[in-house]
Amino acid sequence: MLKALLPSNYLPILVFFFIALAFGVVTIVAGYLVRPKNTYDQKLTPYESGILPETDARQRFPLRYYLIAMLFVLFDIEMVFLYPWAVSFNQLGLFALVEMILFLTILFVGYFYAWKKGALEWD
Amino acid sequence: MTPIMPDIQLIAIFPESILAIFACALFVMDPFIARDKKEQLGYFSLAGLCVSGVSTLFLWGKSISTFSGMIALDNYALFFKTLFLMISALIILMSIRYIKIERINLGEYYGLILFATIGMMFMPSATDLLSFYLSLELMSMSLYVLAAFMRKDPKSIEGGIKYFLTGVFSSGLILYGVAFLFGATGTTNLGEIAAFLQENGVTSSLSLIMAFVLLITGFGFKISAVPFHMWAPDVYEGSPTPVTAFLSAGSKAAAFSVMLRVFINAFALSSGNWWPVLWVIAVLTMTLGNLVALVQTNMKRLLAYSSIAHAGYLMIGLITASQIGYAAILIYLVGYVFMTLGAFTLIILLCSANMKGDQISDFKGLARTNPMLGLVFIIFALSLIGIPPSAGFVGKLYLFNSAIQGGFYWLAIIGILNSVVSLYYYFRVVQVMYMDEPNAGTVLSFSPTLKVALGITAFLTLFLGLYPEPIIKAAIDSVQIFL
Repeated sequence: MLKALLPSNYLPILVFFFIALAFGVVTIVAGYLVRPKNTYDQKLTPYESGILPETDARQRFPLRYYLIAMLFVLFDIEMVFLYPWAVSFNQLGLFALVEMILFLTILFVGYFYAWKKGALEWD
Repeated sequence: MTPIMPDIQLIAIFPESILAIFACALFVMDPFIARDKKEQLGYFSLAGLCVSGVSTLFLWGKSISTFSGMIALDNYALFFKTLFLMISALIILMSIRYIKIERINLGEYYGLILFATIGMMFMPSATDLLSFYLSLELMSMSLYVLAAFMRKDPKSIEGGIKYFLTGVFSSGLILYGVAFLFGATGTTNLGEIAAFLQENGVTSSLSLIMAFVLLITGFGFKISAVPFHMWAPDVYEGSPTPVTAFLSAGSKAAAFSVMLRVFINAFALSSGNWWPVLWVIAVLTMTLGNLVALVQTNMKRLLAYSSIAHAGYLMIGLITASQIGYAAILIYLVGYVFMTLGAFTLIILLCSANMKGDQISDFKGLARTNPMLGLVFIIFALSLIGIPPSAGFVGKLYLFNSAIQGGFYWLAIIGILNSVVSLYYYFRVVQVMYMDEPNAGTVLSFSPTLKVALGITAFLTLFLGLYPEPIIKAAIDSVQIFL
């Protein structure tokens, strides 16, 4: 029982950490050593075969995006919960159904509130 | 196919569920209520608190552990739940007029107070490190928003940001400590942690020391113990006054409620190793809090430092690591809550359209123009110092008694000396109220609800000093679970 106190149980995590670190370092260094180095303007654009960038990406944008993004994340997470529930609905039965209805009710309160307060309107 | 029916007894979270339903309903109703009628939402949330309070009283004496050992319902939890419901109700009574004067008359204010209360109510119930952390965050998140609720006032914004940054930082430390505690014992259930430590006789492993250091730092921030108190005066000064009262009474009591449970389960066995650390923190906290309070000119800052000092007294009970010490913390907290809330009510009373009312000089001659107020403030001051007959005296008596019984004589002596120091700055306010010429143009913003709040706090502060038996009995019943 005392063994649980020893950090040796966490040794795999340490090993994994070093492997992850080595993987990153090795791929970058190997790529740097192996690849041909002839750069030209086209190659340095963010999307090589995509739309030509017009301005700098680091500019000011309306604060509204922040609100929308936050609401999006909120209701996106809701879907993350719904999928596994829907897949295993047959095994979970009535209890999980009630649970999910409760969960959705709480989310809908939030949705309703955000809607009524005009958080979903652009102007 | 077997239906999955987890171990859930909804009765254990009944008071919180009621409050959550009321809070959600409040957010649904809010858009339909005109700006100048938002006090209806205040009364609505009061109704919710009452219903929840009645259900809490009916649960007294029950002992349930449910949600796979995450939530427990016992006398200890119910004791604190009742206390938090009372705090919250008093805060709402104080706020109804105040938030109109400060033009923050929004429905969300009440909703956030209710959510913070739900978080607080779950805290003493939490018997698992994760449920404890979750409830702590529910309370803190609501309070961060409330602290910055006067969003046109730079001081409130400053206080809110400071509170948010120190708050999330300390939450991070607590979470890190929780991780170490899990590493040391292999479980997050507090009961199992205690059993594991007992079984293996673990008193000082590296993980346990790390867990202790991180948890005491994180909790130190939450209860504003020196040297983790820096945020308190600025946040207290900037926040809307009822929120300040909520922070100093509610969030402190909640932090203590959960700190007791965590420390008793995880560290009581090895308290021989820890008490010097707690001892130094407690002595620093009460001494620094009282000494710095001496030079304050702002009433809210003064009460901030006084609440820091009170956190120091409360830690005495934790140091003794005894049944009587734990009961003393509960007794003292009840008294502390009512006397602090009462003192803040007076500041709210002074707040009017053309005056903030939070300077000590604003109290000039108040007792001459309004003798009742002078009397009421004297009751609170006596209690805050710890002079009989007041709730503060009973609490201090039990705390210092527990220190002496535990053999911590110096702690008791330093505590008593500190109480003497605190006499100076509380009575300076009394002196200003009685001796100075009244300010011209002081408008008292009396409202029926504020009068009720003032009456309840003054009555309970005095009553618990004269007849403390019920509270003492309840407190002793509550800590029985830690045998």
